[in-house]
Amino acid sequence: MTDRTPDGGRRLDRRDFFRLGLIAGPTALVAACGWDGGGVLAPKLRAFSRVNDWVGEKLLLSPTRLARQYPVGDRTREPDFPAYSITLNRTHAFPVRDPSSWALEVGGEVRKPMRLTLERLQALPRVTYTVKHHCVEGWTAIGTWTGVPVSTVAAMVEPTRDARYLRFDSFDSDYSNGWDLTSAMHPQTILAYAFNDRPLRPDHGAPVRLYSPIKLGYKLTKYLTAMTFTRDRHGGYWEDQGYPWLGGV
Amino acid sequence: MTDFPMPAVSAAADEPTRPLVHRHHWLVRVTHWATALLLPMMIASGLQIYTSYGRFGLRDAPLAVPNPFGSGGVPAWARLGGWLAGGLNWHFALAWPFVISGLLYLGYLAVSGEWRGLVFRPRDIGPAIQMQLYYLRLRKDHPPQGKHNALQKGAYTFIVLTGALATLSGFAIYKPVQLGWLTALFGGYEIARYVHFVTVWVFVAFILVHVALVLLVDPASLRAMTTGWYRGRFSSHD
Repeated sequence: MTDRTPDGGRRLDRRDFFRLGLIAGPTALVAACGWDGGGVLAPKLRAFSRVNDWVGEKLLLSPTRLARQYPVGDRTREPDFPAYSITLNRTHAFPVRDPSSWALEVGGEVRKPMRLTLERLQALPRVTYTVKHHCVEGWTAIGTWTGVPVSTVAAMVEPTRDARYLRFDSFDSDYSNGWDLTSAMHPQTILAYAFNDRPLRPDHGAPVRLYSPIKLGYKLTKYLTAMTFTRDRHGGYWEDQGYPWLGGV
Repeated sequence: MTDFPMPAVSAAADEPTRPLVHRHHWLVRVTHWATALLLPMMIASGLQIYTSYGRFGLRDAPLAVPNPFGSGGVPAWARLGGWLAGGLNWHFALAWPFVISGLLYLGYLAVSGEWRGLVFRPRDIGPAIQMQLYYLRLRKDHPPQGKHNALQKGAYTFIVLTGALATLSGFAIYKPVQLGWLTALFGGYEIARYVHFVTVWVFVAFILVHVALVLLVDPASLRAMTTGWYRGRFSSHD
């Protein structure tokens, strides 16, 4: 009930201010410093990120659910579809390989390691889809990608029981990515050699890149050189610096 | 006399006559202060993530929406994580205690029945108007109220809904393919990301008003939210 004689600020005593300070102080400090843990908390946060990787892979990821496809008319204007590479950042030029001498080394924990030329890849059954690209930075763009499902190549090389992960290497400086097998065997995960109906350009990872609408862009290794089935989990260029390993969307 | 439209501050002698009552369950207090700590950190790490791409919409189809950081970017003091990966790791780690705390609080409200005193219902519209008139000094006496007045009910109901919206829009942009149905409910990834961004400003506005009103109108509630015990001007029960 309303009191005619409220006590105003009297009850906000010194202890209350102390308690408030206990909470507000560290919060303000953390916010004020743009603090990533100063080498103390950052590794713990990265370790905790593996919990979210587990939830993302084991609970949320469906091996069969397909990403939505868009009409070709919804494609993002090509000049507006961003492209970057580590080599570009270092030398101001995209890395380039002659497609006629390029080949993908497929090996590791497999019974039949193979060396697949571009010609050989293009002779395999292809998949084409127009999908949305999700960048970890928060931007999106729509494009059409054509290539061979990773699962098709996996069936050819016959992974052994010891194959638990995949590792993709590139000729873009030291760029690489480690993948979970569920995402890699997803029907929309492909070794792409065409973008918007034309051969892949150097800025988008020519001659062949990994593409999948179920992963963030930084997981989609461009300028592929090797696809290796491994026992142990490989990190990756950005993953080793702290980005979430799964990167699934 | 204060400049604020409320009755004069009491004489110290009156105080002991006011009963000391237990006002907040420990679960309410713990989840309240957990949220007070976590929400600013969720906002700061979220702004760090936002900084990587401070626009909305597809790359070639920007959404025509208001954006307070239009060109300037987020000041460093309002960011947490140092860089994008740091911001992501903070955000996705703190999301766990933040959401769990919110669910515990809602669970407590449901089990205890205290939701009845907090949920804003149509019958609260009239009292809310009276309360607003009082704050605008168009009404002299403080309208009678229980534990919370109608405006408070409106504010607390609204902010809980905002929390739910922030959580759902967060999941919608975290897994726009695996949770594609949720993302579609928001009208797609780009709109969901903007909704998530807008909840930040709702939270910030709420925090400012909430803290100001606690200090100006009912500072005793700060003690109640900390120790559970209240000796203030308002009833602790409906």
